[in-house]
Amino acid sequence: MNAPLLKITDLRLGFAAGRQTLLAVDGVSFEVGAGETFALLGESGCGKSATAQGIMRLLPSAGRIVGGGVELDGQNVLALPEADMRSVRGRRMAMIFQEPATSLNPVLTVGQQIGEVLERHRDLRGEPARQRMLELLRQVGISDPERRLGEYPFQLSGGMKQRVMIAVALAGEPDLLIADEPTTALDVTVQAQILDLLVKLQQERGMGMLLITHDLGVVARMAHRVGVMYAGELVEVAPREAFFTNPRHPYTRALFAALPEVSRRGAILTTIPGQVPSLACMPKGCRFADRCRYVTPISREQWPNWRSVGEGHQVRCFYGGPMDEEEIGEHAAEVLAAAPPQPAPPTLEVQELRVHFPIRRGVLQRTVGHVKAVDGVSLSLAPGRTLALVGESGCGKTTVGKAILQLIKPTAGHVRLNGAELVGMPAGRLQDMRRDLQMVFQDPFASLNPRLRVGEIIAEGMAALGVVAGGKERQSAVAALLEQVGLPAEAAGRYPHEFSGGQRQRIAIARALAVQPEVLVCDEPTSALDVSVQAQILNLLKSLQESLGVAYLFITHNFGVVEYLAHEVAVMYLGRIVEFGSAEEVLRSPKHPYTRALLSAVPKPRLEGQQEVIKLAGETPSPANPPSGCHFHPRCPNVMEVCRSVWPETTRHEATQTVACHLYTEQKEK
Amino acid sequence: MPFQIVTLWSDGLIWLLVVAGIGFGFLIARSAPLLAAWRRVGKSRVGMASATVLVVFAIIGLLDSLHYRLKLDGGEGRPPTYAIEVLSVLDAVATPLRTHNEKTYSAPFATRLYAKETVELPGGGQTREYPRLKYGGAHLGNDEDRLPADVAGKAALGLGLAAVLWGVVAALVTASVARREKVGRGEAWRRIWRGETPFAWSALLVTSGLLLALLLPLVALAGYYHVFGTDKVGQDVLYQVMKSVRTGLIIGLVTTLVMLPLAVLLGIIAGYFRGWADDVIQYVYTVLNSIPGVLLIAAAVLMMQVVIDTNPQWFATAAERADLRLLALCFILGITSWTGLCRLLRGETLKLRELEYIQAAKAFGVSSWRIIVRHILPNLMHIVIISLVMDFSGLVLAEAVLSYVGIGVDPTMISFGTMINNARMELGREPVVWWSLAAAFVVMFVLVLAANLFADVVRDAFDPRAV
Repeated sequence: MNAPLLKITDLRLGFAAGRQTLLAVDGVSFEVGAGETFALLGESGCGKSATAQGIMRLLPSAGRIVGGGVELDGQNVLALPEADMRSVRGRRMAMIFQEPATSLNPVLTVGQQIGEVLERHRDLRGEPARQRMLELLRQVGISDPERRLGEYPFQLSGGMKQRVMIAVALAGEPDLLIADEPTTALDVTVQAQILDLLVKLQQERGMGMLLITHDLGVVARMAHRVGVMYAGELVEVAPREAFFTNPRHPYTRALFAALPEVSRRGAILTTIPGQVPSLACMPKGCRFADRCRYVTPISREQWPNWRSVGEGHQVRCFYGGPMDEEEIGEHAAEVLAAAPPQPAPPTLEVQELRVHFPIRRGVLQRTVGHVKAVDGVSLSLAPGRTLALVGESGCGKTTVGKAILQLIKPTAGHVRLNGAELVGMPAGRLQDMRRDLQMVFQDPFASLNPRLRVGEIIAEGMAALGVVAGGKERQSAVAALLEQVGLPAEAAGRYPHEFSGGQRQRIAIARALAVQPEVLVCDEPTSALDVSVQAQILNLLKSLQESLGVAYLFITHNFGVVEYLAHEVAVMYLGRIVEFGSAEEVLRSPKHPYTRALLSAVPKPRLEGQQEVIKLAGETPSPANPPSGCHFHPRCPNVMEVCRSVWPETTRHEATQTVACHLYTEQKEK
Repeated sequence: MPFQIVTLWSDGLIWLLVVAGIGFGFLIARSAPLLAAWRRVGKSRVGMASATVLVVFAIIGLLDSLHYRLKLDGGEGRPPTYAIEVLSVLDAVATPLRTHNEKTYSAPFATRLYAKETVELPGGGQTREYPRLKYGGAHLGNDEDRLPADVAGKAALGLGLAAVLWGVVAALVTASVARREKVGRGEAWRRIWRGETPFAWSALLVTSGLLLALLLPLVALAGYYHVFGTDKVGQDVLYQVMKSVRTGLIIGLVTTLVMLPLAVLLGIIAGYFRGWADDVIQYVYTVLNSIPGVLLIAAAVLMMQVVIDTNPQWFATAAERADLRLLALCFILGITSWTGLCRLLRGETLKLRELEYIQAAKAFGVSSWRIIVRHILPNLMHIVIISLVMDFSGLVLAEAVLSYVGIGVDPTMISFGTMINNARMELGREPVVWWSLAAAFVVMFVLVLAANLFADVVRDAFDPRAV
């Protein structure tokens, strides 16, 4: 290999806290060659973003570069004065950020933002600059670039903004592109577009790329080499093939094992016990030692050095013995667990549920239209079953959950719980029904009142619904609940901020379970959590279902979770369910073009089985103004004439699978 | 009893506030996040320095809020009668200052009046000269040249006393730190000055040292001289400044008492219930906000004045009348100033009500009022505390401005505003009478600066984003 483009040696970054500096990145070394993608993988707080900021020398004000070297084409970047650094940033290395919504300036047009870079680094002004901008926008796949140049960021969709951000980054024709979670904030179908774009651009220009991500699927699709970070250290560096076939560090293996997948249905997911040590008290030995199943006495005492285990494959671990193979598991989805016999009559029945939000305009606030967030959704949920409601952001799945709980008043339709109609039920009687229907929210940091103790939070529902009467009884009930979700009883006296994200989600689950509901609506309960913590929560939900017989309505966009947990799957697009069926049917033989595209767009965390992605054009339209006929027709690869005018009937296939698509209505008629 | 206790309305309110403050302190001690926030305030040096200054002002204000009327010597058997003048404990403490009235203006530390007068000579005939003051430097007799030496001597005495007192305070603080941290006194002393104690004792010691060094010489001198001079009617300016403190504090505190319930209640109702309640409340505060505040206050104060003047039988003393007008002013200021806080609270409530823990509470069927009390109000407290402390200084300044315009407190009530208003005319004469204005300005500046610095520290400590 010729000289690397970017060479990081023993980089150490810290954050000033009071008088001491806490090391967030401790001795990280790696290289990125021209035309190569190096993926930096790790869970939140492991220091991967700080590394990227350190390379760009864009650390926040408390950040300090404590030591080490960053060489770009043989030039030491850390030694440059700030004035020279400005011509390095953007010109020789550029960065794309996670959140496209906040990385563009809202008061400047797209043209001005790209033009700024062109003027600074390419010395282009006026007409040549304009031509170059148009070229750049075409390169990143933006149609009608002449018009887009004069538009402001708010006029662009999320995916479009990220494309513009990439165009801005490319304008300086950098040798190295640092992409910090470039697709985390985007939907899977848009993520697929952006990842393809990055691959294409990299091949065309021979750029080096440092990709920072927590998603093994993205790594599998993009990376040439992978570095795994844990607690501020790089613990394993491997070429892509070796990384996916033979990961050697126990932490990497645990990450793979914690992924929910079809093959692990019914099994308990492997979790990593304990938590990442805090920056202030790093153990002196191996930082993973306390959570490691292969821990050796020496790893608590000494810091492991790099050990080569293959061609370009290094690992920072003392343990060299055999490792359990089943941890990594059989990736190929062999069979879905046989669906248990269709059980008792449904607890929860939703029919033709509609939630329309009025759009008001003008001085008199007259209603000029409706946002049809939910437009005729029907579901049924039997005791002890899990129904997954899947869809991209903005499709109305959270609104369905809240409307079922009557937190949002449905515009029309029926919600029946054990035969009792909830829509329009008087508040007094609704109060009694709330016992049987509870919700777990997405963000464990926003769903617990920071001013109340955990015990008070859990007891609130019991008090409001009069489940347990006395104070003493309530206390023991709280303790029992905490034990049920795997927290110590003394947690009741502490405040939510003393707990980690996973523990908080356990508290939220305990709160919902406190009133012994029959149906639990889980609104993306794991999307804010790291993979290893997600596994803990999924295990908990699964075991609670087995012991208590709770039915889950599981709202999610994560197909791994669906495969692992769901019995039935409903796919939503723009307020309507386009496909419904048992998990087996929907995941193994998706019928609706949208389901197929969605499934193919999910990056798989493995080498083989990277099927061809069905590319969807554009993004989800606004529910305020949905397309005529079938809502999906502007993006559908199989679009027909009839799709543009008529919403398709729902047709039944196989035992339980129903699809709303003209492809199948036609077949039936034939 | 040789006196009759008089409770003015404002006295009642201010002591109620003290009681409420103590009660609030107990509540804070029970709530960990609030206690932690106040600990952060306690750790801040600026915060503790300004708090020390504020405490001195508070002591002056509280002493001035204990009122009584002296019993007059009516003779045996007759029903007791009481003096028409309502005095406070502060007046009693500062009796020499209150009673040592000169004829008219005299400069600070002067022994003679500021203007020449025609004086009858004992042997007949007249002369124009600066007459000798009745009280200022009277103990010097004819030996007026001794004045600098006398002032220096008395100030040195005061300083010496201050040093002794400060030594006692420092020893007490060190002993308490030593006991709490279970270390020797020497070690405790070192920790205090290195800022290694959980409470910013060093700032407290420095500030109290400075204050003692400033105030004790002042006390030592005040009995013999007019340290800040006298005003047009010969009243001691130092006395006036001390009396102004209470007026300023009442305006700053009682007004918030009026506006707080309005702002909190209406803000939460508007933000939480939305709908027509939100429309009505928003409409009301937008309308209130668009009327010039001074105009509204002027109209209300003038009307109040008419009511007071037509019902003289309501008031036993002039002090009661002035007090009522002060309260009316507080009330009017409260009515016009709740809108800002209300708007802030409405916005924050709008944000909070969409948060998931509120949604979760709704899913449990928790009643709206319970959600407001348990979930929303505690999460708004930091905004309330911050804006209360910030508003205080603004209100003290507003009083000065309003009294200057003539629509503030009763002209007989001493306040920073009336002092500045009275001094205004004298700035145009030659030689200039500057001390009245300067004294009012300096004291008000110190009070407002301390309040502002304290507000900054409180805001930093309570701002959830800063943690």
